Amino acid sequence: MMLTIRNLTVAVEGRRILDGLDLDIAAGEVHALMGPNGAGKSTLANVLAGREGYEVLEGKALLDDQDLLTMEPEARAQAGLFLSFQHPVEIPGVSNLQFLRTALDCLRKARGEAPLDSAALLRAAREAAQVLGLPADFLKRGVNEGFSGGEKKRNEILQMLLLEPRFVILDEPDSGLDVDALKLVAAGVNRLRRPDRAFLIITHYPRILEYVRPDRVHVLHGGRIARSGAAELAHQIEAGGYAAVLEGSVA
Amino acid sequence: MSTTELDAALSQAYEAGFVTDIETETLPPGLDEQVIEYISAKKNEPEFLRQWRLDAFRRWQTMKEPHWAHVRYEPIDYQGLIYYAAPKRRSETEIDPKLLETYEKLGVPVHERAALAGVAVDAVFDSVSVLTTFKDKLSEAGVIFCPISEAVQKYPELVQKYLGSVVPPGDNFFAALNSAVFSDGSFVYIPKGVRCPLELSTYFRINTARTGQFERTLIIADEGSYVSYLEGCTAPMRDEHQLHAAVVELIALEGAEIRYSTVQNWYPGDEEGRGGVYNFVTKRGLCAGRGAKISWTQVETGSAITWKYPSVILKGDDSVGEFYSVALTRGRQQADTGTKMIHLGRNTRSTIVSKGIAAGHSQNAYRGLVRINPGASGARNYTQCDSLLIGPHCGAHTFPYIESRNPRAIVEHEASTSRVSEEQLFYCRQRGIDPERAVALIVGGFCKDVFQKLPLEFAVEAGKLLEVSLEGSVG
Repeated sequence: MMLTIRNLTVAVEGRRILDGLDLDIAAGEVHALMGPNGAGKSTLANVLAGREGYEVLEGKALLDDQDLLTMEPEARAQAGLFLSFQHPVEIPGVSNLQFLRTALDCLRKARGEAPLDSAALLRAAREAAQVLGLPADFLKRGVNEGFSGGEKKRNEILQMLLLEPRFVILDEPDSGLDVDALKLVAAGVNRLRRPDRAFLIITHYPRILEYVRPDRVHVLHGGRIARSGAAELAHQIEAGGYAAVLEGSVA
Repeated sequence: MSTTELDAALSQAYEAGFVTDIETETLPPGLDEQVIEYISAKKNEPEFLRQWRLDAFRRWQTMKEPHWAHVRYEPIDYQGLIYYAAPKRRSETEIDPKLLETYEKLGVPVHERAALAGVAVDAVFDSVSVLTTFKDKLSEAGVIFCPISEAVQKYPELVQKYLGSVVPPGDNFFAALNSAVFSDGSFVYIPKGVRCPLELSTYFRINTARTGQFERTLIIADEGSYVSYLEGCTAPMRDEHQLHAAVVELIALEGAEIRYSTVQNWYPGDEEGRGGVYNFVTKRGLCAGRGAKISWTQVETGSAITWKYPSVILKGDDSVGEFYSVALTRGRQQADTGTKMIHLGRNTRSTIVSKGIAAGHSQNAYRGLVRINPGASGARNYTQCDSLLIGPHCGAHTFPYIESRNPRAIVEHEASTSRVSEEQLFYCRQRGIDPERAVALIVGGFCKDVFQKLPLEFAVEAGKLLEVSLEGSVG
């Protein structure tokens, strides 16, 4: 297994959000995590990435054999974990290219590799921007500075393409996107699908799953995975809502 | 990242804090007319200057130390300071290798073959200038770049004409003190129509304990000339405070341009506020002629207390004044810095961009005056004033003063205060960037507008200085 989560129990300000969650994701797979608002989908993403403000009461999360929950956020990233943020923050005055270079330098240094030369990085960044339909001057602009919602989402995918993580969590990569932008984001994800890489896509809507076909779909409810199934599960949710698929489930 | 981690990331050793073990000639502490006579005689000064100093001293004795700035400090014992300290010369021509070593250690290019070949350096150690590079190359272009003590001997008429013409001895308490006891500093004259072929730079070093440094810089750009000048400053780590009260005067005649950049890294004191330099400086430029331009750029990371307002008097019609500033305070540092733009001529323009960054328990204030006199029709000012707070214990303050006496002038002011947010840090760390580099990256982005104004070589240096200042041991 690439990602193994066992009995993960997490509280935010004293309230249990995740309660004994188990999840396995094998290398090469794409899993979708769905669930109603407030089910704890983003909490799972943030806890795995190491954001502050979450209290892990029980359980563990392993990436390969590494115990993620004991690691600093940057160490998790250096181990290959990437989170595409639901609401990416602005960093004024720091160009996208400068940000990418700094991140790549840090990741490569952690892996014992020499820094990527500037020309190679620029070439790769330009190509990735083109794939995502982003304008040529995009790399010079400040990180997320004045970006539209769609540009921010695409910028997350741009970073993902260049940083080449092994395990990717996409937290609502589709929210606020029109169909064209959604297709571009999906194309970015599909471009990176490989036997040694896995994805967890968090979404409300089955729409993105038309373009990135998942191997498994999970429904988060009551703090744990209440229902799992093949890609068709997403269609059932669309047709009948969460109530229909959760009928008779443990929660 | 928690606040304690942030604080740790921001505290670091001061790299320029070593002491040079060198024999010095010093006066005993204390200040009276005899001290001034001694300094004047030591420098073999003409009578006008001796008298000028004594007048300034008498003036100073009637003045009171100003306390309107947003800073707090223990009273300064002016009789406990040393007013003259100079490394002993071995001979007339030879420079003590220990001095060269000191500057090399600080990364100052004091050898003419040095990598920064486009830069001429004047190195001032305590009270005197110890060497100046590339004098020959400069004199070919007719440029004068020498210690001001030498200019007094060689070009007394220029010194007498311009010294005190922009900052008169009675301008303020510290300017009066400086006028009485200034020991050395740099003198620059760029002749008509000459574009100075090198970047000029002065490097100030306080070494001796309990010594005040009172340098005086005078730059004259004659009609249609251009010069870019940079000063750098460091001092050893000492438990007691050191006083630095400099005066800088710039004169740009018709069509001339002066770009003056400062990278100030005086010893800031320790985390508890022990030691550190009191930096009380008067800097002012006069755009004397039509179309003259003066641009101040400063990167201030050092000093326990900074009291400094590089200003421009826009006298010539169509003249331009600029002030670009980055002031970083951490630990117990206090900075009250800004500028004054005095618009006298028609269609004069000024731009102010100030970036204050406060961390630790520091206090960081911007204080700026924009004055438009009745005759300054068509004058324009644009001011942008941003503060960035790191952690919960620091303070940022903005004191803008706008006095417009001409209805046809346009004055714009924008201000913002923001914090390095947990969100930004987490975002960077999620991409694999360690917290120290993340803070440096965020702060660097905040300062971008100002760094772009520095000469290229120094923009890199300033970026590094900021990074070093933000660097530390994160647990």
